[in-house]
Amino acid sequence: MIKFSLFHRKPRLPLGARAFDLLCLTVLVVLTAHAPHLPVWFSGALVLVLGLRWWQRRKHGGRAPLYLKLPLIALLSAAVIFHYGTLFGREPGAALAVGLLVLKLLESEATRDARVGAAFACFALMTALLFDQGMLATLLVALGLLPALATLRALEPAHGTTSLPRELLPALGLLAVSLPLALLAFLLVPRLSSPLWGAPNAPQARTGLSDDMAPGDFFDLLTDDRPAMRVSFAGQPPQNSQRYFRAYVMSQFDGRRWSHVDGLGQPPAEVEHGKTVDYTVDLEASGQRVLPALDVPINAPEQAQLGPNREVIADRPINDTLTYSLQSALSYRLQSQLGEPGRRRGLQLPAGFNPRSLALAARWRAQYGANDAAVIKAALSLFHDGGFSYTLAPAPLGRDSVDDFLFSTHEGFCQHYASAFTVLMRAAGIPARVVTGYQGGFWNAMGNYLLVRQSDAHAWSEVWLPERGWTRVDPTAAVRPERVSLGAAATSSAATDWSPNRWWLGLRNRWDIVNRWWNQGVIGFDALRQHGLLTPFGVRDTDPGMLGLLLAIGGILFAAIGLAWALWRRPPADPLRAAMQLLERRLAVVDVARRHSEGPQHFFSRAGRALPAQRAELDGLMRTYLELRYAHDEPPPNLVRNFRLAVQDFRPRRMVK
Amino acid sequence: MLAALRRSQAWAERRLPALTRYKRPESLPITLHRRRIYIVPTAFGAGFTTLLFIMLIGALNYANNAALLLTCLLGAASSSSMLVAFRSLNGLRLISIQQGHAIAGDPLSLQLVFEGGERAHASVHADLDGHTQAFSLPPREQTLVTLDVPTSKRGWQPLPRIKLWSNWPLGLFHAWSWIHPEQAVLVWPQPETGGPPPVLPGEDGQRQRLHHGEDVAALRDYRPGDPQRHIAWKVSARHSNLLVKDFEQPEARQEWRLDWRHLPQLSPEARISRLARWLGEADALGRSSSLWLPDEEIPLGGGHNHYARCMNALARMP
Repeated sequence: MIKFSLFHRKPRLPLGARAFDLLCLTVLVVLTAHAPHLPVWFSGALVLVLGLRWWQRRKHGGRAPLYLKLPLIALLSAAVIFHYGTLFGREPGAALAVGLLVLKLLESEATRDARVGAAFACFALMTALLFDQGMLATLLVALGLLPALATLRALEPAHGTTSLPRELLPALGLLAVSLPLALLAFLLVPRLSSPLWGAPNAPQARTGLSDDMAPGDFFDLLTDDRPAMRVSFAGQPPQNSQRYFRAYVMSQFDGRRWSHVDGLGQPPAEVEHGKTVDYTVDLEASGQRVLPALDVPINAPEQAQLGPNREVIADRPINDTLTYSLQSALSYRLQSQLGEPGRRRGLQLPAGFNPRSLALAARWRAQYGANDAAVIKAALSLFHDGGFSYTLAPAPLGRDSVDDFLFSTHEGFCQHYASAFTVLMRAAGIPARVVTGYQGGFWNAMGNYLLVRQSDAHAWSEVWLPERGWTRVDPTAAVRPERVSLGAAATSSAATDWSPNRWWLGLRNRWDIVNRWWNQGVIGFDALRQHGLLTPFGVRDTDPGMLGLLLAIGGILFAAIGLAWALWRRPPADPLRAAMQLLERRLAVVDVARRHSEGPQHFFSRAGRALPAQRAELDGLMRTYLELRYAHDEPPPNLVRNFRLAVQDFRPRRMVK
Repeated sequence: MLAALRRSQAWAERRLPALTRYKRPESLPITLHRRRIYIVPTAFGAGFTTLLFIMLIGALNYANNAALLLTCLLGAASSSSMLVAFRSLNGLRLISIQQGHAIAGDPLSLQLVFEGGERAHASVHADLDGHTQAFSLPPREQTLVTLDVPTSKRGWQPLPRIKLWSNWPLGLFHAWSWIHPEQAVLVWPQPETGGPPPVLPGEDGQRQRLHHGEDVAALRDYRPGDPQRHIAWKVSARHSNLLVKDFEQPEARQEWRLDWRHLPQLSPEARISRLARWLGEADALGRSSSLWLPDEEIPLGGGHNHYARCMNALARMP
């Protein structure tokens, strides 16, 4: 095998203590980057091995023996298979890679091992981004490159060693300098419109809205303040009380659990509507197919369709951030004619559940006759005046969940109210159903968008009234009106306005604009957006060839800047020397180049012989130069300037031979 | 295989000087600049590029823009490191070379004085005939690099080419430059391993006895530099000039007058190596010696400088 060692031979150099420390730090950073998705015992064991190895080399030195290494590799594979069931795939692959990196450290005793380790650490850091490509994660992983680069740097011999943190600084400088080129490449590297091999499907358990609902289900959601989506409106944003984002419509009730019936294929219910609102939603990965839409959506975006109850259902689960545009109507009449099957579905109640609620509804019906509005009003005033309270930690409910809630516990959150209200309506003969989705959100004035968090999840009811169709009724508003007018944050427990939590949430709400930029500018920059890159310059479709050309041009530009930087030399600080160098350059043009070992006097006289016509001028220059250089400790600046001007005026004339 | 490659490299440099940029010997100082610095990726650099490529394909395939950004950042940083590698050599200047002393067959130590100018130069290696010495240069300072040159025979030996190289900062790129100083080093002759002691003409029995350093042997004229306490004041008063008490030299200070002409029976090289051995013995015993050569005559003297002068003269013998 022909090695590059033809050009330079490098003996097997032992690994210095500093370089080894940096390598350990690199591996630790890789472990930290992967910790969120690795099992705790796995990361803990790896950190332990890393620490032991560090201690062992510090105390005794030497590589780990083979009889220790082989069982450890076997143990690692066994652990991965034990936890994931396989060695292949994204999670087990990443776990294996991180484990192998730690084991590589056991035998790292030469610079070559450390190089391989540092390079592999870079790769492992990149794989950490396959699990989380949020801005903070990316930033942290990019900073994780620092110890890796510093390790490579420390492997080069004969450079001054400083303290460990200062070793990282030059690497930071290198990364900072490379950032413009990196951004250019990021912008212009042609994206693949379809993957070369199967993209990983992420069956990760995410908290989010689900297509069924039992009492207490929402608790995880309401305490989860991750962003769910960000909505920007073409015109004015709707009032807070109108910000209902419809996700699932649930008409199936089994006494405990409400569930969504997937009626795809049926035509969506017809809607008469007034003014419409155009808006764009950036939806975070949810793992679900539903696309929350402002109540009530008029159309469906691409690769999605409207369900029979005007839910927007995407063709595939949303495993990555998705952007879609929609049109909704805030004032509408949904399904003014309800057919018999629809009516039956809207009145369905399981037999043998919640007898007291059914009796109460029957009593209302008897009391108000055919007046549906009065029945609804009676139910809402029950919630308002019946001693009900809003809490995220209600008492548990028994088999007859609605009875327990209405007649004994009297406490709960949106889910309980929507469920109880819907059951009461159905029992009173009014078609009703539960709708889940999001309500409210934080209006980010700086970014002009509405930030909706998971904790804004909400459940409400729809009742069908003749002539008015399906009408939204939010029973939670009867108990805690500020839940609707101010948002979820206003209702969460008894938090005062200036508690640290609220203050922290407010700060994060404002900070969220950066996440939005990141999601839109970086994560959402796909092949489609890339093709439209040059639209402002009149090029409608930028194809990969064009992108490659631009990349080459940009690369050359950056190379030119870099070369200019590399070739730039500080001009001599001595102005006299600078003037003399100018003269030397001028004379070199007419083949009178100053030799290395030539003194000024000899040089001038040689120049005089070569240019007899200008001998007198050269003699004058020589005398001035010699005086300035040798008669003064510090030549007077005005005389130096005169000399420089004289040199600038001097034009050597080539002899005509 | 490697030897064959090196032979072909040497052949190419001899026959195709323009192509291989073979440097003729040049006078000091030698400054490295862009026209004589070359850069190739190291083996590690090539491997790292492959790794970057794999990362790029992976990030593109999974449409993971964060990973793509990271890959681009790493790629840009590695390409920038090429310029840093160039800069660690650019502007480096070899100012002077001081040679040590060595007899033929022993390595001769060279001290190269480098200057870096306004900018620091980190992790530069000087490579001479397989011996590598790494050094770094703070800005506006000079540094002394000691290299060993293998020697084979006495006399002037031209300096071989010296390779200056650097893998700074990440070991991804190998920047190098050849320098070939127009300078020769003088290699001392190798002394013969054994042989007769020198036959000294003045070494008769009478002088052997007179080695009592305390006894006054004679009076002689004052020479500048004589200690005052050796002046014979009473005797001087009776003469027109100062007289000095001349003490007998101690035996250890006996002079060895070495002469080329005393060894007519030997070949020139054998004469040189015998004289070299005698000079070495004289130096080791602390005796003063003088040396007569056809081209040069070195008067009596002692100490290391004298020894070096004599050995240099021997080394320069045709």
